[in-house]
Amino acid sequence: MGRYLRRKITIYILTFFVAVTLDWMIPRFMPGNPILILVSRFTGLPQSAKVMYSYLVKAFGLDEPLWKQYLNFWIAFLKGDLGVSIYMYPKPVVDILKQAVPYDVALLLPSITLSWIVGNKLGAVAARTKKLDSIVLPIFYILTATPYLWLGILLAWFLGVVLGLFPIAGAYSFSTVPSFSLDFILDFLGHWILPFLSLFIVMLGGWAIGMRNMIIYELEADYVKYLESLGASQQLIRKYAFRNAVLPQVTGLALQLGTIVAGALTTEIIFSYPGIGYILLEAILHEDYFLIQGCFLFIILGVLLANFFIDIIYVIIDPRIRYSYGGEI
Amino acid sequence: MKVSLRVENLRIYYRTLRGYVKAVDGVSFEMGDEEVLGVAGESGCGKSTLGNSLILLKPPMTYMEGRVFLDGEEVPIWDNEKMRRFRYRRISIIPQYAMNALNPTKKLKVLMDDLLREHGSDFKSHTAEILRRLKMVNLPESVLNMYPIELSGGMKQRMVMVISTLMNPSLLIADEITSALDVSTQKAVIEMLMEFKSRGFVRKIFFITHDISVLYQIASSILVMYAGKLVEKASTDEILEKPFHPYTEMLISSLPKIGIKYGERKLKGIPGQPPPLLKPPEGCRFKDRCPYRHSKCDEEPPIVEISDDRVVSCWKYA
Amino acid sequence: MEAISTRRELLFFALRNKKMRVGISIFTFFVVLAIVGPHLTGYDPLDYVGPGYHPPCREFWLGTTTFGQDVFTQLVYGLRASFFVGLLGGGIATIIGLIVGFFAGYRGGMIDEILMMMTNVMLVIPTLALLIIIAAYLPYRGILIESVIIGLTAWPWTARAVRAQTLSLKTREFVDLARISGMNSIRIIAEEIAPNMMSYIFMVFILQFGGAILSAVGLDFIGLGPTRGISIGIMMQQAVLWNAIQLGMWWWAIPPGLAITLIVGSLYFMNTGLDEVFNPKLREM
Repeated sequence: MGRYLRRKITIYILTFFVAVTLDWMIPRFMPGNPILILVSRFTGLPQSAKVMYSYLVKAFGLDEPLWKQYLNFWIAFLKGDLGVSIYMYPKPVVDILKQAVPYDVALLLPSITLSWIVGNKLGAVAARTKKLDSIVLPIFYILTATPYLWLGILLAWFLGVVLGLFPIAGAYSFSTVPSFSLDFILDFLGHWILPFLSLFIVMLGGWAIGMRNMIIYELEADYVKYLESLGASQQLIRKYAFRNAVLPQVTGLALQLGTIVAGALTTEIIFSYPGIGYILLEAILHEDYFLIQGCFLFIILGVLLANFFIDIIYVIIDPRIRYSYGGEI
Repeated sequence: MKVSLRVENLRIYYRTLRGYVKAVDGVSFEMGDEEVLGVAGESGCGKSTLGNSLILLKPPMTYMEGRVFLDGEEVPIWDNEKMRRFRYRRISIIPQYAMNALNPTKKLKVLMDDLLREHGSDFKSHTAEILRRLKMVNLPESVLNMYPIELSGGMKQRMVMVISTLMNPSLLIADEITSALDVSTQKAVIEMLMEFKSRGFVRKIFFITHDISVLYQIASSILVMYAGKLVEKASTDEILEKPFHPYTEMLISSLPKIGIKYGERKLKGIPGQPPPLLKPPEGCRFKDRCPYRHSKCDEEPPIVEISDDRVVSCWKYA
Repeated sequence: MEAISTRRELLFFALRNKKMRVGISIFTFFVVLAIVGPHLTGYDPLDYVGPGYHPPCREFWLGTTTFGQDVFTQLVYGLRASFFVGLLGGGIATIIGLIVGFFAGYRGGMIDEILMMMTNVMLVIPTLALLIIIAAYLPYRGILIESVIIGLTAWPWTARAVRAQTLSLKTREFVDLARISGMNSIRIIAEEIAPNMMSYIFMVFILQFGGAILSAVGLDFIGLGPTRGISIGIMMQQAVLWNAIQLGMWWWAIPPGLAITLIVGSLYFMNTGLDEVFNPKLREM
C-alpha cells in the first residue's frame, strides 16, 4: 500500500510541475511574440500601445533571462499571486477565481457523485435480464455520446424557453444579491438545475454502461461460479458482483475527470453560469492571458486534488491493494 | 453394494453455432454409498462435463436427456432453482479453478458466513467445526480473518476443500484437484481428502482426473470415458490388473511402472486423436485407433455387464 | 478439422451483429451527407443568402441563421470539417499512442517506466484545458493545426491501453515460440503480435475518431477553433452567442448537436459491436 501511494503522489507532484511549466512555457514558446499579438489587437492610440507594450513586457517578465522568469513565476505562484486580470483590471486573478470556485463546487460535486451512484445502480439493474439490457443499453449509449453542450442547449431550449420552467442564464437573477437567505437559495437552485441536469444526464449514461459491462464481466468470474455451485442465491451473487464491479468504476472516476471538466466548461458557457469555465471563456474572448493562465492552474490543481482523493478512497475499499506487495493494478 | 447415486442415460451437449457438441452422450453408471469413483480419460472426453452437470448445469451446457438419482431421490439437474436445495448440502464440488474460487474482496470468515446463511445457518453455529477442520488441513486459525490474496495457492486450495465439505455432503465432486500440483503435494491433498472421508465429512467422492496413477491411491472403482461415452467401469484392482476395453488397456500400458527400465519395455502411446464431438463417427468411437478393430465396430457397441460391478462397452465382450 | 478462414468468419459476424449494422448505417449516412451535401446546395456556408431568422422551408431546408445564412449548407460543410478532424486528429492520436504504448509494453524496463510516467502525467491533465492553453496562443488557427494539436494531446489513454494489450500478448506462448525459433524482433512484431492487435487497434481508432470530433466541437464552441471557415462547433457557438435558443430558432441550435450526437453514438455502437465480434465470449448466440 505504501508503494502504491508513493507512486501516485510522485505522479501528481510531477504532473503539477509539468502543468505549471507548460502554463509558463506555452505563451513564451509559441510562434510569434505574445506581447505583439496582444498589442496588435489593442485598439487604442499608438502612444497607449507603447505603454501597454512596456507594461506587458514587465508583467511577463520578458526583460529578464529565461530561467529567472521561470523562477519568478514559481515564486509568485507560491505566494498566491497569479497576476492581475487585464479585462477586469485591476482585479487580481486569484480573487476572480476564488469567487468562481464555490459555484463550480456547487455544480460539479452533486452532479458527479449523484450521476455516479445512480448510474452504477442503473447499470447493475440493466445487467440483470437480457430483455431489459437490450432496451436500455442503446439509451445509455446515446446519452453518453451526447456532447454536454448539446444537451445543455436542448434542455435550455425545451425546459427553459418552450416550457418556461427554468431560467437559462446566470447563477442567480440579476436583481438578487448572494446571501444565505432562503429566497436566494431557491433562486439559485432554479438557475442551477438546468446546468446540473446537463452534466448529470450525460455522465449517467457513461457510468451505467461501464457498470453494466463490469457486472457482466464479474458474473463470469470463477468465484461467482463457485458460489452458484454451492447454492448461493442470485441475490447474494449480484451483491458480490456489484461490490467487485464498483472498484474499477472508482478508478474510472479519476480517469474521467478530464472529460468532466471539459463538459463543465462548455455547460457553464451555455448557461452563463459563473464558474471557472465561464470565466475562462470571457478571458479568452478578451484575450486576458493572466486570467487564462490562472484558470488553467486552478483547473489542474482541482483535478489533481480530486485524483488524489479518489486514490485514497480506492486504497480503503480494495483489500488487494493493502495486502499485495506489488505496485499498481 | 447399496446404490446411492444412479445416473441413467445422461446426455449433455454443448450448443455452438455449428451445432451440438456431444460432450456426454448417453452415460449410465452407479455409485455405492461411501464409494470413491475415479473418473478418468483424456482431455475432452467429457468427464469434467459429466461431473459439473451433476451440480451446476449452465449454458453453454445443454441438458438433453437422462435422469439422476441420489439416495433414492431424483435430482433435477436441468432446473437451476430446484437444484439449490441439493447444492452444498447434498452435492458439493471442489472445482478445477479452486485457486480462483474465493471472492478476493471478502474476508474468508465473511464469505463463509454469507454462504452458510444462504442455507439457513451461519458462521457462529459452525465455528467449532470449522476450526477443527482447519487444523486437519494445516491451516492456522488466523486465515479466517484474511483476504484470499494473503494466502498462497496451496492454502487457498485447502481452504476451498474445507468450505466445500463443511455441510457434509453426500456426494463430493473433485474436479482435477491434483492436476496442477507436484507429486508430493498431490499426496498431501489426497491424504487430506481421504481423512475427510474416513471421518464422514463426505460420503461419496466423484474424483475426476486424467492421471490414472493418482486413482490407484484413492479410488475404489474407476470409470473410463472416451469421446463422450463410457467405455469401462470396474474396481480399481480389476482395471489395473486386467483392463478389458482396448482403450483402457492402452491407457494402462502407457503408464511408466517402477522397476522396469525404458530399454526393457517401451512406453506405448496411443497414436491418433479422439474423434470430433460435433459429428462423431458411427458406431464405436474408438474404432479408428483400436488395434482390435473389425467390421462389427461400425455398429454402436452395447454396454456389457461382465459382473455385478463391471461394465464394458466393446464388441469383444458382447 | 474444418477450417473456416478466420477473416471470413469475422466478417460474417461483423455484418450480422445488430449493433454494427446500426452503427455503420448511421455513420455512412452522415459520411454520404458530408460528401454529397455541399453539391446539393448552391450556397456558400458563410454567404448571406436570404432573410434571417427564417424557419425551415422549401428553399432553406434547415432554415436560416440570424444573418440569413443557410443552416443546411453550414451543416454539411461543417460535417466535412468534423470528419477531417476526426480522421486526422484521431489518426495522429492513434499512431502516437500505438508507438508509445507498444514500445513501453514490449521493451519494458526503464523505457516502460519513463514512457508510463509521461503518459500518466498527461492523463491527469484535462485535455480541453491543455488544448485551450495551446490554442489560445496560436497566431493562426486553421483546421489542420487544430487536428494536429488534438492528436498530440489525445494519445495517452491509447498508449495505456495498447501497452496493456502488448503486455498480455508478449507473454503468450506463441511469441516465446517465435523467439526460440530465432526470429528477430521485427519479424516477431510483424507476424505474430501485430495481427492479434489489429482488431484492437481498429477499435481504438474508432474511439479516437469520435473523441477528436468531440474535442473539436468543444474547442470551436469556446471560440478557439479555426478563425475562418465553418464547423459544427462554430455553428453551435454562433447559435448560442446570438441567442438562438431564446429566440426560438430551434432549427439552428439543435440540428448540429444532433448530428454530432448521432455520429459519435454510431461510432460507440460500432465499437461495442466490434468488441462482440472479436471477443467470442460476448457474442449473443
